[in-house]
Amino acid sequence: MASVDQEEGNAGVEAGTDSQGRYDGAGSDSGARAAADGNRAGIGGMANPGKYGIERVAYWLMRLTGLGLLAYFIGHIYETSSILQGKMGWDEFLAITQTTEGHILLAIVIGMCVFHTVNGIRVMLGHGGVGVGRAARPDYPYVPASQNYRHKLGIYTAIVLAAIAMMYGLAVMFGV
Amino acid sequence: MASAILRESTIMKIHYGTALAAVALVAVHVLMRLTSGGFAESLEYETVLANYRFLPYALMLEIILVLLSIHGFNGLRVILLELRQGPRYEKAVSYGCVAAMFALIAYGSRTIIMTNMGMV
Amino acid sequence: MALQAASGPAPAQRPGTQRSITLRIARSNPAHDRSTVGFDDFEVPYEKWTTVLDAILEVKKRLDHSVAVRYSCRQATCGSCGMMINGRPGLACFTKIDELNSSVVTVEPLQNFPVIRDLAVGFDSLFENHREVKPYLDRDDTELDNIADGELKEYPQSPEELEQYIQFANCIKCGLCNAACPTMATDSSFLGPQALAQAYRYVGDSRDRGKDSRLKVIDDSHGIWRCHFAGSCSQVCPKGVDPAMGIQMLRGYMLGFGGGSSGNNQK
Repeated sequence: MASVDQEEGNAGVEAGTDSQGRYDGAGSDSGARAAADGNRAGIGGMANPGKYGIERVAYWLMRLTGLGLLAYFIGHIYETSSILQGKMGWDEFLAITQTTEGHILLAIVIGMCVFHTVNGIRVMLGHGGVGVGRAARPDYPYVPASQNYRHKLGIYTAIVLAAIAMMYGLAVMFGV
Repeated sequence: MASAILRESTIMKIHYGTALAAVALVAVHVLMRLTSGGFAESLEYETVLANYRFLPYALMLEIILVLLSIHGFNGLRVILLELRQGPRYEKAVSYGCVAAMFALIAYGSRTIIMTNMGMV
Repeated sequence: MALQAASGPAPAQRPGTQRSITLRIARSNPAHDRSTVGFDDFEVPYEKWTTVLDAILEVKKRLDHSVAVRYSCRQATCGSCGMMINGRPGLACFTKIDELNSSVVTVEPLQNFPVIRDLAVGFDSLFENHREVKPYLDRDDTELDNIADGELKEYPQSPEELEQYIQFANCIKCGLCNAACPTMATDSSFLGPQALAQAYRYVGDSRDRGKDSRLKVIDDSHGIWRCHFAGSCSQVCPKGVDPAMGIQMLRGYMLGFGGGSSGNNQK
């Protein structure tokens, strides 16, 4: 394997003749880091679902649903503590959640929960090296084995199951 | 920092473990809402009180509380660590998440224990 | 080839003989002015075989020699000409304009790397992270230790053992995977898919004995666990390395699901 030093040597920067200030290469680390952060894609680039397919959408949804579920969980713990105030306190709090808005919010939570669970199991299996394909000599056009139909199917299944669970939840809550 | 006490691999194994255990127990918790004579009835004061006073169910709620608090706040820690870097920030995030996790467990446990012991 | 700056007068051209695109080149010089990033548009004719690098070099040759770009081999071997092409990381020498199906081709410096000037970025962090995972066979004995009767001995390896890692040895360190990685988009301390895949390349090598020390480096709060298997790295890799697969197999090994080399001799 070629050493990185050789590669650095091979690849010179073809700069124009009017170049005034050249990058000092091994310059100060903090300076290089600050410059890198200036060109970092940031949260917008982290999301960027348009350029990288359904796997990137799943990555982003996993984060959003995780944060949403944590927020709901904290709210749920606070909500259920109203039982300590007796029947009056419990019924008062229950009345707030038993509204159309409350039911829709709960349906969204159900959807988030199902997606996070199903996709989480898929990701966990992937993290264990399950279903990511086998290492082999790659052939052009280099279709990555880890981005296979099994994982795509897992993502679509998570989305479909989340939608079904939301609809079922709405049916139960609205007494259809 | 949490990761200075535990290796990151250990933290993530706990993250996966709490997720799997929580999936099973939350499923039971949700099914209880649907099988206790309908969704609306299962949320009535008397039904909920009876649930809390049934020790095995109260224990299950406590376990769910601990599992989801660990999983949720570690997930938050991971997201926050990836958003910004720096020793002071990372320390604040790790300790902050651990503190918030303990606070939530304490607050939720108070509800479960007091209701289970008939202090309502 | 007839070229013109997009803002200038159109040259006389026989209709229907040649197609052209607008090449939008990001221009910046952080050494002088960190905040200003602009775009210069150039009308560039192209053929079926014209690559993005060909177009950039034509601009340099005929219209604006001050455009800064790094390139070397022109055949996807050196990994020098990585850049954002229409918002996605790609090798300029490996991307044909015809295949982009776009009348405007925008080229920008690779994301998540410090800009030197225009399209050229610094790879210090990439190489630093690569070095950190010890990208070499780590073992106490050397080939010289095996000399018997003045004959040099080799480390034997079966074809099956070679298959375990050879895919990951194809890495040309072009940095495209790091530019596509969603974690690298915000995490400046993350090792990155390039370094992590290379860690697996050596962990998966039956001749290596340095697993423990290598795994210690990647088992960090900004190490392997910050990969969330979005797979963007594998989608942009021009050599079929599939870093996402290597990272998951390495993590599987750390979680006790197997993987790693069959030799499994630890230091």
